[in-house]
Amino acid sequence: MEYCAQIGIVVAIFAMLAISMDLVAGHTGMVTLAHAGFYGVGAYVSALLTIHAGCGFLFASVIAMLSATGLSMVLSALTLRVSEDEFVIATFAFQMVLSGVFNSWTTVTNGSLGVRAIPRPTILLWTIDSSGGMFILAGVLLLGECLLIWKLTVSPFGRVLHLIREDTLLASALGKNVLYYKVVAFGISAAFAALAGSIFAHYVTYIDPSSFSVMDSILILSMVIIGGMGSYTGPIVGAIVLATLPEVLRFIGLPSSVGANLRQVIYGSLMVIVIVFRPKGLTGRFSFGRRSEI
Amino acid sequence: MTSIRCETLNKSFEGIAALVNTSITFPESGVVAIIGPNGAGKTTLLNILTGFLRPDSGQVFVGELNVSQFPPHLIARTGVARTFQELRLAYELSVLDNVLLSLPNQRGERLLSALFGFGVRKREEESSNSALRLLRFVGVGEQANSLVGELSYGQQKLVSIACCLATRAQIIFLDEPIAGVHPERAIEILSLMRTMREDGKLLIFIEHDIRFVRQIADFVIVMDDGKVIAQGHPSEVLSRTEIVDAYVG
Repeated sequence: MEYCAQIGIVVAIFAMLAISMDLVAGHTGMVTLAHAGFYGVGAYVSALLTIHAGCGFLFASVIAMLSATGLSMVLSALTLRVSEDEFVIATFAFQMVLSGVFNSWTTVTNGSLGVRAIPRPTILLWTIDSSGGMFILAGVLLLGECLLIWKLTVSPFGRVLHLIREDTLLASALGKNVLYYKVVAFGISAAFAALAGSIFAHYVTYIDPSSFSVMDSILILSMVIIGGMGSYTGPIVGAIVLATLPEVLRFIGLPSSVGANLRQVIYGSLMVIVIVFRPKGLTGRFSFGRRSEI
Repeated sequence: MTSIRCETLNKSFEGIAALVNTSITFPESGVVAIIGPNGAGKTTLLNILTGFLRPDSGQVFVGELNVSQFPPHLIARTGVARTFQELRLAYELSVLDNVLLSLPNQRGERLLSALFGFGVRKREEESSNSALRLLRFVGVGEQANSLVGELSYGQQKLVSIACCLATRAQIIFLDEPIAGVHPERAIEILSLMRTMREDGKLLIFIEHDIRFVRQIADFVIVMDDGKVIAQGHPSEVLSRTEIVDAYVG
């Protein structure tokens, strides 16, 4: 039971990350490679606030979300006017900057040694120190995220995001302020990535930069692509498939060194198979590609 | 009514002049055709007037408002709508969604109103009814719930016109409205343009089909090498053999 709860927590955290990335990549059409960076910002801000400032989990999580949103706005201001391809490269560069900060700002992040002894979440004097409790917390926050993103994407606001996803110039011609929508979508996405980071930090009680690298951004993007972009179930399906894959490989009995490499091969192969044979992913609504040139 | 005019517009691409000192004052309503050979600067002019290109120099006015440096979405909000030479619609969205997206000032399109706005659903029903009326008006009401990508090219053109109408814009630019469509659809489009003219709108369209221009235009502007070389009533301008021979074919 404990083991299932642990798997459930990991799946819930990755589902939160995939759903939030899908808001920008699937619904709005902006492929980002900086998501793990915002995830890391959330983890570090929340961990450091609870350790050094004595903040509670919820308050620290809110500050973490606001921090990530603020950073996403900086990134937006610098990059959202460039082309899609350039935007991907810019987010990649931003991710590298954040990874550099996590590694090098040792006075704050403790560099590659990481931050230890992060307290388990305490909500209204209840300290959640069991895997079952953490699973419930992660599940409730995941449900909240799902409801909010669903509410947004089925509204006229979401319809505009889908228009932007398809054709930014058409959106402009129809009087939509494309920049506003992209900044807002990116900000919400970063906030939920940070919330996932906060849960992760308080669950594992130890974080280091290796959990928030560009490879993790690619993993989250893979979950969205394989599960299906712009759907409500797609990112969750993607998260379940890819987050449980290491456990499946462990059951097969492969040595961990082989399993880790095999996992990368399977991720890559799955991506290729999905893109070639099922461009909308397992349960997706939108396929790749849109027009943005006049 | 809103008028549109441009003054001494200049635009070049890598040293090649696309527009040279182009000044045009359009009427407040009616149908204006812009004709000329390929590369004459017609689409460049349209793109500048709608904010999709910035002029190197010169100014564009909508009413008395100088919109030369406005981004396209702000120009659209002054009451200017357009279609594109290569048809642009949201192909993975439904026909109805495309028209709904064109309706101005939709409740629920901003973040806070989407999350907390009251009456969004009721307003959405009203908007859907309004959009359906428009789709029936242009003749694609039965396809409202189909994806745009599933429609024929001619039907997609009709949807793009419905989208322009949904914006409630006074000034509508149509870039080659009948290019590539079946003659029967062209007749439908012609009829729609006449209706829009009767509603007091200003339609400015680029077209190569001179017969179509004769049928619908109240005023013709002929361009070549980035300049306006003739303008006036179609019967007068299009009767000049040198223009027909040299620029229309």
